[in-house]
Amino acid sequence: MCNVISPERVAYLDGKRKRQRLIRLCQFSVLLFTVGLWEGLARIGIIDAFLMSQPSRVWRTIANLQNNNLLSHIGVTLFETVVGFAIGVVLGIFIAFLLWYSDFLAKVSEPFLVVLNALPKIALGPIIIIWVGAGMQAVIVMALAISLVVTVMEMFNGFKNTDTELIKMARTFGATRLQTFIKIAFPSNLHTLFSCLKINIGLTLVGVIAGEFLVSRAGLGYLIVYGGQVFQMDLVMTSVIILAALAAMLYRMVVFLERIVMRAVKGS
Amino acid sequence: MREMLRFSDVSLTYQAENGEVEALRDIDFSVYEGELVSVIGPSGCGKTTLLSLIAGLEPPTDGTVTINGTPGYMLQKDNLLDWRTIRGNVLLGLEICGKKNTANTDYADRLLGTYGLWEFRDKHPSQLSGGMRQRAALIRTLAVKPELLLLDEAFSALDYQARLVVADDVFNILKREKKTAVIVTHDIAEGISMADRLIVLTKRPGKVQTNILLEFDPPDATPLKRREDPAFRGYFKTIWEGLDIHV
Ligand SMILES: Nc1ncnc2c1ncn2[C@@H]1O[C@H](COP(=O)(O)OP(=O)(O)OP(=O)(O)O)[C@@H](O)[C@H]1O
Ligand SMILES: [Mg+2]
Repeated sequence: MCNVISPERVAYLDGKRKRQRLIRLCQFSVLLFTVGLWEGLARIGIIDAFLMSQPSRVWRTIANLQNNNLLSHIGVTLFETVVGFAIGVVLGIFIAFLLWYSDFLAKVSEPFLVVLNALPKIALGPIIIIWVGAGMQAVIVMALAISLVVTVMEMFNGFKNTDTELIKMARTFGATRLQTFIKIAFPSNLHTLFSCLKINIGLTLVGVIAGEFLVSRAGLGYLIVYGGQVFQMDLVMTSVIILAALAAMLYRMVVFLERIVMRAVKGS
Repeated sequence: MREMLRFSDVSLTYQAENGEVEALRDIDFSVYEGELVSVIGPSGCGKTTLLSLIAGLEPPTDGTVTINGTPGYMLQKDNLLDWRTIRGNVLLGLEICGKKNTANTDYADRLLGTYGLWEFRDKHPSQLSGGMRQRAALIRTLAVKPELLLLDEAFSALDYQARLVVADDVFNILKREKKTAVIVTHDIAEGISMADRLIVLTKRPGKVQTNILLEFDPPDATPLKRREDPAFRGYFKTIWEGLDIHV
């Protein structure tokens, strides 16, 4: 190992760090400016706080979460998202595995998958409600409808493109198709899996909110619809902002998981 | 001597979307216990196909392939899995065969030790040199205790110097473990230096053109030593002229 760091390297690293700090500073300023402008314009009455809400009101709504049940609505949305996400991932990988296992099955399903993928899943809303009932289960099924086909197609593609030399190597030891999947195809597609998870967490949220719009019992989606109906823009804005934070948090968790798994798998 | 492998009038024709490819025609030869046999021939003449037949990855279109003992196949690329450590890679074959018990794991560990990879057992393949990776791949194959080893251009991924050293290495390992092996290469010198017998295939469809016994003095000289043997030059000349290569 070389311990002597050249002055050029120091300057380079320094420049990089400075730039990184500048980017963060700008991002923070944009946020602060937007919030400040919003609050200011609402205070001097250029925009109507009744229609647009304002940051201080949003803050008050959040601070008041004991009384307005906000916490339990967040819990409902979070629960539906996590359950929908988990089922979607497991089921999606399983179906992709079946398609990979049987080339015949894959060929037969191809046109159906293409159509299902192109279909706007929101259109299935009323059908889902009638079939599974208008409760949490409808929301979860809606989330699944939106994320599942994408998972299946992405994962299947990944499995299908596994290095054929690696598969041949496993076959020289007499590996069955299932063993080939467990030892070769699945682990060599961890990257595909995580990029799929990152897309999925967003899609699942879309499905959950769309489902809550339709079913309207509880959750942030329900709060947004309800707030709109009774003209409580504070509630609507607060819900949207919390939703944004929730989405970012879930995404970060997937990224974190990816880092842990990749480190465990690749060593160093 | 026990016959480990016998090809009796074997032909293989591939069926592909754009037509048939006759890869091998009327192949007939035997390999005996403890022999190292090289197979050389022009590109695309069916050398890999020959090994696939022995390994049972392809059925022959005609004729029969008889093998006495379990084959172990080492492909051109080392195909080490980069998500596993070297030791994890070496144990892969045992896992797949369902033979991962203490005795076999100990044997694999012993091989790692004997062939200089024990300190690297917890490293990942990307942290090893090409030669070490090739050795790890060989140990993965040896760990399942195959009685007949199949090597398909196992050194072609290496640069020339590394290749000479690894060929020497592998030769010593095979002799020491008393293995029977079929070694495919497109390098005439490598084919001569590593084997007790040499089979030359014609261009596609591959037929056995030459099947000669290689004798060196001393008989157990390593590939590098053999290259200095006057007999080596003689064999090289015979085969080169027989190949009838036009450029
Ligand atoms: N699965 C397959 N389907 C159809 N044709 C094939 C298949 N595998 C090999 N072939 C063809 O059969 C012939 C022999 O192939 P093979 O790989 O055995 O040659 P080779 O001697 O190993 O060549 P190389 O020296 O390039 O490795 C080639 O013409 C190849 O294109
Ligand atoms: Mg080949």
